[in-house]
Amino acid sequence: MRQTCVNMVYELAKADDRVVFIGSDLSPGLLAGMQEQFPDRWYMEGVSEQNVIGMAAGMALDGAIPYVNTIATFITRRCYEQVAVDLCVHDLPVRLIANGGGLVYAPLGPTHEAIEDIAIMRALPNMTVVAPADAEEMKRFMAVSVDWPHPIYIRLGKGGDRVVTRPEHGFAIGQAYLLREAEGGKSNPVLLVGTGVATTQALQAAEMLAADGIACHVLHMPTVKPLDVAAIEKYARASRLVVTVEEHTVIGGLGSAVTDALVERFDGRVPRIRRIGIPDVFASDYGNQEWLMETFGLHAANIADVVRKAVGSD
Amino acid sequence: MTADSVALARSPKSLPLDERSIWLRRLVVDALVGGERGHVGSSMSPIEILRVLYDDVLRHRPSEPGWSLRDRCILSKGHGCLALYALLADKGYFPTDLLKTFCRKGSILGGHPEHGKVPGVEASTGALGHGLSIGVGMALAARMQKRDSRVFVIMGDGEINEGSVWEAALSAGKHKLSNLVAIIDYNKIQSAGATAHIQELEPLLDKWRAFGFAAEEVDGHDVAKLQKLFARVPLDAGRPTAIVCHTVKGKGLPFAEHDPEWHHKSKVTAELGERLYAALEPR
Repeated sequence: MRQTCVNMVYELAKADDRVVFIGSDLSPGLLAGMQEQFPDRWYMEGVSEQNVIGMAAGMALDGAIPYVNTIATFITRRCYEQVAVDLCVHDLPVRLIANGGGLVYAPLGPTHEAIEDIAIMRALPNMTVVAPADAEEMKRFMAVSVDWPHPIYIRLGKGGDRVVTRPEHGFAIGQAYLLREAEGGKSNPVLLVGTGVATTQALQAAEMLAADGIACHVLHMPTVKPLDVAAIEKYARASRLVVTVEEHTVIGGLGSAVTDALVERFDGRVPRIRRIGIPDVFASDYGNQEWLMETFGLHAANIADVVRKAVGSD
Repeated sequence: MTADSVALARSPKSLPLDERSIWLRRLVVDALVGGERGHVGSSMSPIEILRVLYDDVLRHRPSEPGWSLRDRCILSKGHGCLALYALLADKGYFPTDLLKTFCRKGSILGGHPEHGKVPGVEASTGALGHGLSIGVGMALAARMQKRDSRVFVIMGDGEINEGSVWEAALSAGKHKLSNLVAIIDYNKIQSAGATAHIQELEPLLDKWRAFGFAAEEVDGHDVAKLQKLFARVPLDAGRPTAIVCHTVKGKGLPFAEHDPEWHHKSKVTAELGERLYAALEPR
């Protein structure tokens, strides 16, 4: 997903001379082809996130469309004021490509784990937040990203993530996609809502639950902001339970956004909700992403368990 | 309330102002009185810098603020916006009458300048340490788009405590941005007191030179000297320029000069307004 994303920047740059790439201090040789072909639109500016964001803002004020890339925790925490003021107050078309959303950097510890990035980015007016589930969806998203008139935070998964999205869906910013329809046209299904690679876990959980006779819709929300409230309302209205799944703290992310939308749309008569995410802690272990996701219950088996328990107590 | 002795000792001798400089300060006082508040000292020190830029240096069109070939001028020390508002109004970007609406409901003129709201304001500033990076981006965009626009960024001395300024300086030096000019309004006083006591900046010229800038210093209130120096920009065809302007905080208001207490006033009464106008009677 990561490689696909940066390769797409090069592809976009070939077609549109407003497109600029700015990295901080990334892998040697990254986008070497772009550097060679467009030396005045490829920048590697060093470990200076505050400067990189301001620089991108200055370029965007004069008509450029910069794609800025570094590790997710650094592009959010380190330069939050620049993101808020330089990008969001000015409402500029700068794209933030955030490597390692969630627990991707598990072996590197909490300094590198972006567990609250969605929350702090979606709190900013004018910011758009996108977390594709796989490389194919990333490609479709990037193709439509150029002309979006606002700043975008792009959350990347690890890479090599299983492809679960469908080309026929295309990609529109702000739209949710139903990746699995509750089988047999059963009334009163369970609605699983995911974003990023957590959607893949939700799809697997739906498989497991189908075997138990529990039918689930799986709604994928690659755009967390602006949220496709109409889709949530449509599918939640007929559901007996809504479960959100995200590789992110339960504070302020997808679960919060969905809950807020339900409370407002359903005028207090909200369906039952379970929010699965990282509890309000920093990770205290290492290992790998899968291990930490399991530790926090972000794997299919636990999602299925949460649903079974909730449905059992209907 | 007294002048800070260190700032006084390190600043140029405060010479009398000419009519135009007094007129521009009276515009600032119009806004201070209208808004009943404002950064007094911080707005009085960069007036000659802005005056010379807008009168003699910048390529700009007040009737067409978005003209793509214009030079860009960013007031990175956004709290000094009254000086910028005075110049922009004087040049015709908006009517001088609007100055009296400063910080009022419905006004376009807030306590920090906003891009898109105030004609002629190139970037919304107020959070310190942002302007130079934005300027680096604009200078690179000019290079990319093959425009010969220049970018001038005015920073405060307290502002350059921010680490982000020095990140931007590294970038500007690396890219040899000869179309970028960093200007320091070095009035030697930040909010809490003398820069010498709060966060020493010396040797300041050496710092800019070490970051790859061609740097010179000048009396920031001497119009003739400013004109002469800015006419030579870029000081080096292969490097960004830094100009350290030695200024006087509160310049033009004898009771406020060099006094940290005059950095900001949140209650500018009618009586105080009279005092400010009286100090600026044309001589």
